[in-house]
Amino acid sequence: MAQISQKNAATAHLDQGDSRVRHDTGLSGALRGFIDRVSSGDLGMLPVVIGLVLISIAFSLLNPVFLAPANLVNVLFDAAAVGFIALGVVCVLLLGEIDLSIGSMSGLSSAIIGVLWINTGLPLAVAIAGSLAMGALVGVVYGILRNRFEMPSFVATLSGLLALLGLQLYILGPTGSINLPFTSPLVRFGQILIMPEWLSYLVAMLPGVLIVVGAVRTNAQRTAANLSSAGMSVAIAKAVVLTLGLVFAVYYLELSRGVPWMFGVFVLFVVLLDYALVRTQWGRSMFAVGGNAEAARRSGINVRRIRMSAFVVCSTFAALGGVFAAARLASASQQAGSGDVNLNAIAAAVIGGTSLFGGRGSAWSALLGVLVIMAISNGLTLLNLSSSLRYMITGAVLAIAVIVDSLARRSRASHGRA
Amino acid sequence: MEHATATHAPGELILRLRGVGKNFGAVTALKDIDLDVHAGEVVALVGDNGAGKSTLVKVLAGVHQPTTGTIEVQGKPVTLDTPGKALELGIATVFQDLALCENLDVVANLFLGHEICPWRMDEVQMEVRAWTLLQELAARIPSVREPIASLSGGQRQTVAIARSLLLEPQIIMLDEPTAALGVAQTAEVLNLIERVRARGHGVILISHNMEDVRAVADRIVVLRLGRNNGVYTAETSHQELVAAITGASENSVSRRAARKLEEVDQG
Repeated sequence: MAQISQKNAATAHLDQGDSRVRHDTGLSGALRGFIDRVSSGDLGMLPVVIGLVLISIAFSLLNPVFLAPANLVNVLFDAAAVGFIALGVVCVLLLGEIDLSIGSMSGLSSAIIGVLWINTGLPLAVAIAGSLAMGALVGVVYGILRNRFEMPSFVATLSGLLALLGLQLYILGPTGSINLPFTSPLVRFGQILIMPEWLSYLVAMLPGVLIVVGAVRTNAQRTAANLSSAGMSVAIAKAVVLTLGLVFAVYYLELSRGVPWMFGVFVLFVVLLDYALVRTQWGRSMFAVGGNAEAARRSGINVRRIRMSAFVVCSTFAALGGVFAAARLASASQQAGSGDVNLNAIAAAVIGGTSLFGGRGSAWSALLGVLVIMAISNGLTLLNLSSSLRYMITGAVLAIAVIVDSLARRSRASHGRA
Repeated sequence: MEHATATHAPGELILRLRGVGKNFGAVTALKDIDLDVHAGEVVALVGDNGAGKSTLVKVLAGVHQPTTGTIEVQGKPVTLDTPGKALELGIATVFQDLALCENLDVVANLFLGHEICPWRMDEVQMEVRAWTLLQELAARIPSVREPIASLSGGQRQTVAIARSLLLEPQIIMLDEPTAALGVAQTAEVLNLIERVRARGHGVILISHNMEDVRAVADRIVVLRLGRNNGVYTAETSHQELVAAITGASENSVSRRAARKLEEVDQG
């Protein structure tokens, strides 16, 4: 028996010695693997894509303006600020922690911009650095509360929510609102600046090229190491579909103003965080701590440092989101970061497929999730619905996203997947 | 190759404990423990509940520090003050609960905390080493790219053992590796232990299961109430082992056996 399997192993690739495993190859194999994964509850990005399609159909039936290029450009402008906050939320959710103070943190951050830049007259760069430093500091405090005092992050950040809101009101003072000059680079960045057309198209084609180049390199490495390689057909199909989709999206947006710089910067950070989570030891440790903290500790991972890093990244991204929000609204006010900002950011991360239970998720979930949330919010605004209704509907959407997450998790458990 | 660091001449003494004791306040958990482990040898550590097996494992894993006595690794006295120090000195432990991350795949679990190229992980190289290691152990893992959650108990045990071998330790300690396993899976793990021994590692096996112990152990060290209570071999009779573990030839196990025998006679 053992001899037979060894003989197989010698002739086949290093990783295909076991006859019990089906080895999917080519396009049909990839499709079969995908169907297997989805049916066992490994939904990945599927719910969010279906959600986006349904939302688009429903809102464009109710109001054709929804799908107009000009409106979609607005959605992208709005999405960047909440998107940054959601990006930070992904990091804490990966550990199974939560940060409920992100809204207040972003509000405080825009207040710091207003006070340091307009009231005190410091250079804009210093003001931005100040609010990011504040974000990092708040993250360190949460990390200490969680690590040293074993305080559940839910409670620590809930108290932070109130404390940071208080600080925001305190530094804004009695006037309560600081207007940012419309001619300043920050506000132009938040309201007007659009990527040049050629650059937009170039960026739209980049992912496809990278997929193909990456696949060629990986296949060469794997073949050299006597591992099976996935073949090019899947990569090429992916690249073609993605490139066509992105080029069409850019073309459509160019019918109006084009792709906002703000959104471009957000996507750049999504890519950076995705690299950090997928390809670095830090990212691997994040997933490990989220999956089984004790196992991670015994493997020599410094769990406390990983937790600390997640809280710092989250709060800093929230602060950056606050800077973007101030740029978008051209003001730093008492209302900044209040209302549904908190919920929108957390909902975006969860809708995008990052699990509330830790150990599963991706940076892309922030991008896709925030598009869904912003599409809903924008569509409801176009229908002239009051904010009371908007809040209720957004709350319901978050509840549905969490239900999908829980059910998928149960299904994965019964299908022997994590 | 890296294996060279671990392979010793068979029989070379790699771990030596003399007079090791451990007190928790007024309680003496271990007293005057002597233990030798040679390269390419399976030493079974048996004893009743509370005999001090777990304490001894934790002392060797660097979790607890001994109150008295000396520990020598390859003839040099050492202090094992942290789990990291124990690993560094080549003492790897497979804990009873395995400590695997179910959401990560086999490769990620094997290399957890020791990834190749921290800033740009080399997945291909890690996968190759994972397959090589698993094949050396003749382990039957269907795919190293599946999450641990999809593996059976025996396969998980295999991954945990393979992970402890990745750093090429001199000694690997297995805490109750077969406790949760079925018949076939237990046999697989016992085979695995023999292959680890054949690679030249010293193995310390902690188990309650006398059959498993007698199947693979070269020597059986009995602990009783925190003290050495004799060293036996696989040829030792079951009764003799039980007597050493419980401390008397007249014990609940022998009484039960005698009663059963009587019942059979009467029936």
